[in-house]
Amino acid sequence: MTPAVMKIYKIRHNTTYRYDGLASICHNEVRLTPLNMATQRCVSTSFAVTPTPATTDEFNDFFGNRVTSFSIQEPHEELEIEFNSLVEVTPPRWLGASEDPTAWDTAAEQLRSQSGAKWAEVRQFALPSPLIAPAADLRNYAAPSFTKGRPLAQAALDLMHRIYAEFEFVSGFTTISTPLSELLQHRRGVCQDFAQLAIGCLRSLGLPARYVSGYIETAPPPGQKRLIGADASHAWFSVYHPQAGWQDFDPTNNKQPNGQHITLSYGRDFSDISPVKGVMVGSGGHEIDVAVDVIPSNEFQSQTQFQQQS
Amino acid sequence: MVTSEASRALAWRDAYVNLAKTVGLAADEMLLADGSIQPLWQPVIEHFETLEKSDIRDLRQAALRLIHENGITYNVHGDPRGTQRPWELDPVPFVISSDDWERIESGLVQRAKLLNLVLDDLYGPRNLINQGLLPPELVFSHQEFLRPCAGIDASRELILGSADMARGPDGRIWIVNDRTQAPSGSGYALENRGISTRLFPGLFGRCKVRRLAPFFRSLIKTLNQLSPTKGNDPRIVILTPGPLAETYFEHAYLAAYLGVTLVQGDDLTVRDRRVWLRSLAGLEPVDVIVRRLDSTFCDPLTLRSDSYLGVPGLLEAIRANNVALANPLGSGVLENPGLMAFLPRIARHFLGEDLKLPSSATWWCGQKTECQYVLENLKNLVIKSINRSPNFGTVFADRLSAAELQVLRDKIKANPDSFVGQERVAFSTLPCLVKDQLQPRHAIFRGTFAAIGKGEFTVMPGGLSRAASGLGDLDVSPRAGGVAKDTWVLGDAPEAFASLWSEEGDRHQLAADERNLPSRSGENLFWAGRYAERTEGTARVLRRTLQNYFDGISRNDGVHDQQLNIMITALHTITETLPLSKSLEAGSRLADSYPEDELLSMLMDQQRIGTLSATLRSFINACYGVRDLWSLDSWRVIDSIDSQWKALQQSKAVFLFSFPNELNSLITQLMALTGLNLESMTRQAGWLMLDTGRRLERSLLLISLLRSMLLERRGESHDYLTMENFLAASDSLVTHQRRYRSQPNAESVLSLMLLDENNPRSLLYQVARVQNHAALFPGKKSTDPLLAEDKFLLRAHTQLKLCDVHELAQVDPVSGRREHLDKLLKNLTTLLIGVSEGMTLTYFSHVKSTSLLG
Repeated sequence: MTPAVMKIYKIRHNTTYRYDGLASICHNEVRLTPLNMATQRCVSTSFAVTPTPATTDEFNDFFGNRVTSFSIQEPHEELEIEFNSLVEVTPPRWLGASEDPTAWDTAAEQLRSQSGAKWAEVRQFALPSPLIAPAADLRNYAAPSFTKGRPLAQAALDLMHRIYAEFEFVSGFTTISTPLSELLQHRRGVCQDFAQLAIGCLRSLGLPARYVSGYIETAPPPGQKRLIGADASHAWFSVYHPQAGWQDFDPTNNKQPNGQHITLSYGRDFSDISPVKGVMVGSGGHEIDVAVDVIPSNEFQSQTQFQQQS
Repeated sequence: MVTSEASRALAWRDAYVNLAKTVGLAADEMLLADGSIQPLWQPVIEHFETLEKSDIRDLRQAALRLIHENGITYNVHGDPRGTQRPWELDPVPFVISSDDWERIESGLVQRAKLLNLVLDDLYGPRNLINQGLLPPELVFSHQEFLRPCAGIDASRELILGSADMARGPDGRIWIVNDRTQAPSGSGYALENRGISTRLFPGLFGRCKVRRLAPFFRSLIKTLNQLSPTKGNDPRIVILTPGPLAETYFEHAYLAAYLGVTLVQGDDLTVRDRRVWLRSLAGLEPVDVIVRRLDSTFCDPLTLRSDSYLGVPGLLEAIRANNVALANPLGSGVLENPGLMAFLPRIARHFLGEDLKLPSSATWWCGQKTECQYVLENLKNLVIKSINRSPNFGTVFADRLSAAELQVLRDKIKANPDSFVGQERVAFSTLPCLVKDQLQPRHAIFRGTFAAIGKGEFTVMPGGLSRAASGLGDLDVSPRAGGVAKDTWVLGDAPEAFASLWSEEGDRHQLAADERNLPSRSGENLFWAGRYAERTEGTARVLRRTLQNYFDGISRNDGVHDQQLNIMITALHTITETLPLSKSLEAGSRLADSYPEDELLSMLMDQQRIGTLSATLRSFINACYGVRDLWSLDSWRVIDSIDSQWKALQQSKAVFLFSFPNELNSLITQLMALTGLNLESMTRQAGWLMLDTGRRLERSLLLISLLRSMLLERRGESHDYLTMENFLAASDSLVTHQRRYRSQPNAESVLSLMLLDENNPRSLLYQVARVQNHAALFPGKKSTDPLLAEDKFLLRAHTQLKLCDVHELAQVDPVSGRREHLDKLLKNLTTLLIGVSEGMTLTYFSHVKSTSLLG
């Protein structure tokens, strides 16, 4: 077995709100600190908010994600939130589709007889959540992948392949509140939609599945420099395997994370772990700008120079 | 006539016993197995047996009158009779013996302790789930299990709760429902008690009924102790969803009774991890929130993002332990009826005890065997959703058709975790007054508990009972026509009257602490004042217009036609309405048209803005928005204005001839209200706002009436009549006659109505009063620089003082108008509108929209 190759990433996530009018006060909650887990370590993280918040608090949420909450109490027209993190990622070792001994239907059937704290935590992910409710059309969509007695890892992989093949990545076509049944009809959406669709399918079959929010490293076209801010937030799904634990699948890219994915947080669906949210007291609407950079360690040096030159 | 009385009583009892037999004689609270009366009920029944039919009618009417006068309402959504439905109280109390009460009390205290431990565990370590005493799905799929509230140590103590209970056929008391979100009923119980003590003063004493006030006294103590700041004088508020909430009456009533501030979400703001009240005097810190708003609506940042009823950032303050909530966010998780199936085991686990009061037998469909049982025995069960939902109430499955049963079965199978089946308990029956007879009705009692220190609880000795409307009905909800009853817990000795404020005197009738008067309440009072005056002013002009109309009919000459035309034009001007028909536009002759439609519309049309009815509605709404701040007498007047006008709206035929009387009565009542407020409201922020609104509105109406009627010169005879009409419409005709003893002329009218400082109807008088008030507004010091509104007032006052009546009365020979007067009035209008706008900015600008970022 070859030792897994560790990778280091520098992540910059910048969010800027511009309001139409003046906001007198603004309360925010962000989940932008990468998780510490077996295959990922957050080496450092720092953030800067303008205007300077009057209060800042950090705590772990119900799922163990790091939350930063802050409030701006002075009148302001623009709010800028920037998070910078350094993360080490080891490519995870997923359960191979051919080595899985557990039929998905057995796993689903036995779920409720599993007891103890760990299983109590897992079992909640099989239940409906604010944005994802099990439904007959989801079960029907999943059916060809989940044939009787098929190993769970194999079936989930097949589901991922099918979503990748049968759905078109189109941004702006859906919002986070677009129902899954509509998504099934139009077959167009973005990574959040594909992740939530898969979760809906799995829960409709009685399997625990969770939503993962994070980033993915994208390679610039050959011979070209990485463009600043060209990356984006990413999302994928994870299904619980009774022996192997949580298994991640990225239906947008048709692959299981292999060291290029950085996990921020996980929850039942997007509504549990929206990376940036806030309530502003003031009048009028607002515009939002998001810029994300996921820079692998071998590019740090050139990136720094590039930034200095500009 | 002993014999006839005895026979009447006997006949009455026979009828009752026969009816009770049809629903189960053994289950009646009042009867013994042989049909005789329980000794416990004897005094009550003897009292009713002394009543003649006419007495019973009187009793019922007295109850209705009291309910009406106290303005007790319950908002039933989708009720065809309008949203606010008067409370329905059956005068016969539910009598509970001291033995039974001992069992209920200790059972409820045990349940409160247990639920408190469960709440603490679910939002803490969740051992109950991890150790298998509760299935994870039962908790994790409940909408009131709020993950953002888990792990906050300072905020998971149950403070207030209640349980609906009833006696089963076996004679035991069973718990049917737990209410821990924001339990209602205690305020209604107080009101019911107030009414029943007035209906049966002697009986109440003879029966040694336990009193309710001590419970509320300990509740106040508990709320004070909850304050995280441990100061001497914590600020406590009741957070209500607002006047449209089902039990808004109770929120307002309790706020007034407990002497705390009633607030809505946007009266509060979070800064520096603290909750603040936007009061007229600026931001005031809040220590304790009695929550009558469901948890999920309380913070749009972390909970329901579509809520406009909450306080953004509230959880920041809770996490920092700077505010205490009664009950804490997420306490609704205990209302899950599925918990009842597991409580007996949990009771043994936590307390080492069995439940003293059992819950109705409950099967949670999230378990295979239990679900099977429910599906097979559906017809004999009551089906509930584990989440309280407007779409799925309690379903009595025996009443469903085969098709409906199938739909229900499919619903359960599709989402078994969400449903429970419960045994249908045939509750005991109680005597209720139906027409003029006592009849047995099924009833439920809501017992209420409150914390007294950590993990210790006390129970209100009494409370709200509800009886079903039809013989044999089990549904006691107000929606199904259920009526309320007072509950009499009998004591061993008569209890001395105890006021809530034993040391400080009875504050019951007084307005809530004005230190904390929320900006919203200030604004409502300001507008209540403005609308009251606008209603009164409109009514006066309408009354004078009607008089001109009736005079014109009898005389039928051009002079009266023109006067009527002038009055109708004035009416349109002061109310800023447009004429209904074109022929009524200024300048045209009325002889060709029918003013009746116009007058009727200006009186009665609720849809047309500016009419008397529409303005009156705005007035009532503004009053209702500060329901907690009116004295009982003031509210009685407001309510009587409202109901008289509503009756008029609903009467089939409306005649113009009846309106002078109606208007007289309306004007009298509005003046009575002003007088009452003058006598009963302290001269603090609230009254200042109310009276300032009134004075400003009176100024603007007067200016508008002057401009419409007195700017133009119309010729000798017309001018005289117009001035007389003007004075009459301004309630100053008599004053003028007394002071000048001559026909009104422009100079006399203008000096009386504009410049006479001693005439409470003059413009100068209004401006001077507002100026005095403004100096006393909250947060003001005499050394502060003048605010915009103060400057406007000073200018208005000075302009009035400096003007020359002779000059104002002059008519420009070219235009035929009083140009000086016109200029002055225009200036004054601008200044006074500036005052109103300035006040809005300084004191009321709390209504800011919030928007979600993300």
